[in-house]
Amino acid sequence: MSGTVPENYQSASEIVNLVTTCEISAVEILERYLNQIEEHEGDVHAFNLVTINEARAAAKETDRLIVEGEKLGPLAGVPVAIKDNLCTKGIPTTASSKILEGWKPPYDATVVKKLKQAGATVVGKTNLDEFAMGSSTENSAFGPTRNPHDLSCVPGGSSGGSAAAVAAGFAPIAIGSDTGGSIRQPAALCGVVGVKPTYGGVSRYGLLAFASSLDQVGPFATSVKDAAIVHEVIGGYDPLDSTSIKQAPNSFVQAIDEGVNKLKVGVISELMGGIDGITHEVIEQTNKAVSALSDAGAQVEAVSLPAALYCLSAYYLIAPAEASSNLSRYDGVRYGLRVDGASLKEMNVNTRTEGFGDEVKRRIMLGTYALSAGYYDAYYGKALKVRRLLAKNFADLYKDYDVLLSPTSPCTAFKLGAKVNDPMTMYVNDVCTIPSNLVGHPAISIPFGAGKDGMPIGVQVLAPPMKESVMYQVARTLEQASQ
Amino acid sequence: MVLAGYNEEMSDSISSEEVKHVANLARLRLTSEELGIFTEQLRAVLDHAKDVEALELDDIEPMSHPLPIENTMREDIPNPMLRPSDFLSEAPAVEGGRFLVPKILGEEA
Amino acid sequence: MNQEIFRDDWELIVGLEVHVELATQTKLFCGCLNQFGSEPNTNVCPVCLGLPGSLPVVNETAVYFAMRLGRALHCSVNRSVFARKNYFYPDMPKDYQISQYDLPTNLDGYLELPTGESIGIERAHIEEDTGKTTHIGTSGRISGSDYSLVDYNRAGIPLIEIVSKPEIRTIEQAKAYVSELRGIILALEISDAKMEEGSIRVDANVSVREIGEDNLRTRCEIKNVNSLKSLGRAIEYEANRHISLYGNGESPKQETRHWDEDAGRTRSGRSKEDAEDYRYFTEPDLVPLNPSKEIITRIDEEMPELPSERRGKLANLNGVKSNDATLLVERNHDAFALDAIKSGGEPEQVVKHLVNNLSDGLGALTTEALAQLVQMENGSEITSTQAKKMLGELVQKGGIPSDLAAELGFEAVSIKDLENLVDQLIKEHTDEWERFCSGDTKVQGFFVGQAMKLTSGQADGKAINQILNERSTSK
Repeated sequence: MSGTVPENYQSASEIVNLVTTCEISAVEILERYLNQIEEHEGDVHAFNLVTINEARAAAKETDRLIVEGEKLGPLAGVPVAIKDNLCTKGIPTTASSKILEGWKPPYDATVVKKLKQAGATVVGKTNLDEFAMGSSTENSAFGPTRNPHDLSCVPGGSSGGSAAAVAAGFAPIAIGSDTGGSIRQPAALCGVVGVKPTYGGVSRYGLLAFASSLDQVGPFATSVKDAAIVHEVIGGYDPLDSTSIKQAPNSFVQAIDEGVNKLKVGVISELMGGIDGITHEVIEQTNKAVSALSDAGAQVEAVSLPAALYCLSAYYLIAPAEASSNLSRYDGVRYGLRVDGASLKEMNVNTRTEGFGDEVKRRIMLGTYALSAGYYDAYYGKALKVRRLLAKNFADLYKDYDVLLSPTSPCTAFKLGAKVNDPMTMYVNDVCTIPSNLVGHPAISIPFGAGKDGMPIGVQVLAPPMKESVMYQVARTLEQASQ
Repeated sequence: MVLAGYNEEMSDSISSEEVKHVANLARLRLTSEELGIFTEQLRAVLDHAKDVEALELDDIEPMSHPLPIENTMREDIPNPMLRPSDFLSEAPAVEGGRFLVPKILGEEA
Repeated sequence: MNQEIFRDDWELIVGLEVHVELATQTKLFCGCLNQFGSEPNTNVCPVCLGLPGSLPVVNETAVYFAMRLGRALHCSVNRSVFARKNYFYPDMPKDYQISQYDLPTNLDGYLELPTGESIGIERAHIEEDTGKTTHIGTSGRISGSDYSLVDYNRAGIPLIEIVSKPEIRTIEQAKAYVSELRGIILALEISDAKMEEGSIRVDANVSVREIGEDNLRTRCEIKNVNSLKSLGRAIEYEANRHISLYGNGESPKQETRHWDEDAGRTRSGRSKEDAEDYRYFTEPDLVPLNPSKEIITRIDEEMPELPSERRGKLANLNGVKSNDATLLVERNHDAFALDAIKSGGEPEQVVKHLVNNLSDGLGALTTEALAQLVQMENGSEITSTQAKKMLGELVQKGGIPSDLAAELGFEAVSIKDLENLVDQLIKEHTDEWERFCSGDTKVQGFFVGQAMKLTSGQADGKAINQILNERSTSK
């Protein structure tokens, strides 16, 4: 196994301390990370673009503010990698698609704006499965990202570039988006922390939509605390996003060390062997996490989430349906790629046929079919009912339990190319993460041991909507147990 | 309860003709080879989706959104707008400040 | 076209879809200006350009306007959900239109025509407008154009689409429906409602059936109708086209057709290739609208007087014809009429002047002046000819009628003076008088003319006739 993972990580909170107390400059911090990128990016390919000049200018500005004695934000001088489906003003934003190659948005996503305001230094745009559709980052028009723990393996996806960037020490924190597990699954496969916040907790404004009712932006970090800090920075109400929650919680760090004593934790049986395809070693590690929580004073019990069995079906109708509509705008008229044609329609068809990769086409067609007259009720309509059923299942469980626990990914990182030809096999990777997206609940993946091949395994803590505080408490306990 | 015959009705989930139609609706062109592959793959996903037929869903309200929130609105107050130079430079073809598209067939307007 | 067949055997069935641009300050889903006539692509932002990553947020004033219209049309105002209507067209920046589908804001109301007939309203929903496509090429029309240019200033402007039930049976009703709807919209001050500028756009669903038939036959949707006149012409053309087809043993196919004003005909529209499978689904970027009872109560309480009520107020007055009441409400002169009547003007006469002599505007005329003028006229202090002249002056310069009459030398010729004058004329023209008395009414004009001549036109013709008749019967 050949990897590029550094021996230890420096946490974001540590960097902020060093930078704000002038022990080290933001520029020096940045250069360290740029060096690491310089050295290993060729192997990992975490980035679509490293914004060296803009990053240096931003770090310099941070240092200037410190010298002038200005009050700095909670991420002062912290380099951050941004998934390339979040708009960055004047910086190409491609969603790893040929159809948007080189497109420079005239605005920053709300999340990017908030990170900059908090003093973070954007180091680049990370690779992803095209339009966030995939679980391995192999569906990128600009080539796959490799897992820093083993370069012959995938980093997971779709936010594989962000997960790999943090795992490879290219940035202490990164931002991803999670529609069916796209933050948590690559976090698990790359051995870092990844959070999908409550739907509506973090603004989607400026996130290139995949499936609008499922998409949520969230952080990657090397520690639970760092993830919570970033979550506090990027979260909160945004008047530009109608689905943003007005009273979204934004204090997670405060209670992070309160432990799990007396908390009730349910372990989802369906994801512990009830569904085929979840590997033994993953279940084994999750059981160790269960013991760790019991040891820390939590009351842990096996519970049933019956609708979990049908989530994959519901998800692979709902997400493509919304995607088919969201991706219509890439038509060659206003921005991005145009492949000319004799008529408007021909131009549209040429552009989309050349501009989109196979997985995107597959999902657009699937979604178009699911929504079309005559099939709507049989497919999309039923999927929406499964979703309601699932929400009821969760609501029942949360009457008795504070959080739920499950594996994050059914298996450790697999080899590049192993699953690309069989979409259904690839889709099964999301089986543990999808339920939270369908109901809009928060969930976190924490590294918890490794498989026989030495590749990281993640466990997932699920919490009721807006109850991230308790989710972080449990995650922090698991983090401590795993160290 | 699973009704007898219902599975049959949906058994041949999607035909290559339908895939062709759907591709056209979505402004995509498929080679005949692609058509074969995509049909098979879409069928696999749709066949898998048939597992939900085991559920009794008649009395369940569809849920199209995870949030129960309502009435999010904004005041009728102007915001800064973009300058044409902010976005026309990104457009594939422009004439006189407008986006240029090839001729539109098949419609009178 | 055989008009006889049209009238006798066939029944016209029309349903109208009227799009109204709302006069909000900003667009439906973003803070860009809702403004007509700006330079291309200057009233735009990431949202209304459909840039990747942008999200819509609903304009509360647009929703409020929509609910007001709903209530004015006697609709129920409901919890509503936005939906996406998916189809590719370059004037739609996202290649879907945000509209409302199975849960629209307003459902099930009616509109009362001036004739008293009422036309059912199926729904009135909120949606966004599209951008504007200009076709460049020698023909000027889309077919045969070389390329097209797109301007998104109009994209995202709030619209309400009011869908009537197919209850319109005549061209007159169709026109009256649109102008009544326009009157309501103007009264609510939610749109400038200018058909020429496209702030009201009408599509007509037209079908025909034989008298006595119960089922509806295939309809065609006629677009691009830019005036009430074209609406009438387009419906007539289309109905006759259907009748001819049926006459030849054929049937029309359901489709969208465009009205060609110059050619005076409809033409087949969007190709059926996409089969209008719009794949509607709930817009996931927006949340449902759920107006509280309080809001709806407030809307009802703040409802301005609508044209039908205003018409009723006038038409209930003695001697006022309902057509005249309708006309004055359309001209927005009804309140003026009521005030003039309140100030002592006799209703029939007040309305007559407003209808016939004041169609170009009221200028400096006050309600008191009109009332006084009518009183003077009824008291025979001035003649109707003089009254008309004076109205012209009052509109231009204002003033008080009694002063003006004196100034113009329109001193009243008293009845006594007139009687003397008539008696004198009878004496002077005995031959003519004999002929008048024996029933030759032609001579009547002779006497009136003479009287006018002697009084320099200040005599009241009606009064003279009356005196002549009195004298002849008492002879």
